[in-house]
Amino acid sequence: MTSRFGQFIRGIQAELPILIGVVPFGMIYGVLALSAGIPPAAAQAMSAIVFAGSAQIVLTQLVVASTPALVMILTVFVVNLRHALYSASMAPHLQRLNPFFKLLLAYLLTDEAYAVTILHYEKVPAPDADCPEDDRRQWFFLGAGLALWSSWQLSTAVGIFLGAIVPASWELDFTLALTFIALVVPTLKDRSAQTAAATAGVVALLAFHLPYKLGLIAAALLGVGIGLLVERKALTQ
Amino acid sequence: MTTFWWVMIVSGLATFAIRLSFILLIGEREVAPWARRALRLVPPAVLTAIIVPEMLLPGGELDVSLSNGRLLAGALAALVAWRTRNVVLTIVVGMVALWLFKAVLP
Repeated sequence: MTSRFGQFIRGIQAELPILIGVVPFGMIYGVLALSAGIPPAAAQAMSAIVFAGSAQIVLTQLVVASTPALVMILTVFVVNLRHALYSASMAPHLQRLNPFFKLLLAYLLTDEAYAVTILHYEKVPAPDADCPEDDRRQWFFLGAGLALWSSWQLSTAVGIFLGAIVPASWELDFTLALTFIALVVPTLKDRSAQTAAATAGVVALLAFHLPYKLGLIAAALLGVGIGLLVERKALTQ
Repeated sequence: MTTFWWVMIVSGLATFAIRLSFILLIGEREVAPWARRALRLVPPAVLTAIIVPEMLLPGGELDVSLSNGRLLAGALAALVAWRTRNVVLTIVVGMVALWLFKAVLP
């Protein structure tokens, strides 16, 4: 295993390509928040307090629609529910850390930090069970998470300052989908993962107009469920 | 605007609680093998559920025609991602393709 600092730097390096998709997304959020009438200070604070891109953009849409406060909070909760699945996925790797480290890494557990970190945990084997303190992979997580956090705050600020200089016709919001395409393709290694993705894609289309973004949750749960059925079938054969 | 600050703070705490949930709860206990298999399928399912509407439902309406630049650019980007496994190249090719398609398509 490499040193703590080595792991930290490798985490930052792994996150760098992802930032190409994140930075325009953060800028778009900044622009959208201002045009929704959110004051610059609140728009910037939201990037630190909520720290979840798609939920933040949904929130700006709800502000424009004068949605009641309780519905706004409920919507953010539902849009971010997928993070519970990331939390469960990371939990076994983080259980021996001290509470402070757990709180810090939980705060940094975004789509983008999770995506590179879980790949790192899968690729780099755990050290001997006899000396678990040799496992320094949490520093990789910290590096990836902080790289994403800093660029999210900075790109929000740039978006707030630039305002509407970048025309909407550039469609920079599409970089979000492109980033996720680049992340999802390598995960489609076997039949069960392919089935999970295909099912989730179809359900997401069919359920897109459900309220409160419930279509996303439905797509994820059905995708995982059908994928598990396919996997069980392959295991029993 | 005071209300909005409270919306942000409560939303932020809720998001943090979701992210912390299992990390704090599981503690020393082991995760069951079936749960581990299920969790491995979460990223392909969630990411695809976000990608597909972005490509096929521009503006909220289903568009599977060849005039949908996002569909063509996304398909090309998926091909690049599959062949090269390169995140930066995937994004660059996808965006340039989207602009080209928009310039060429009706």
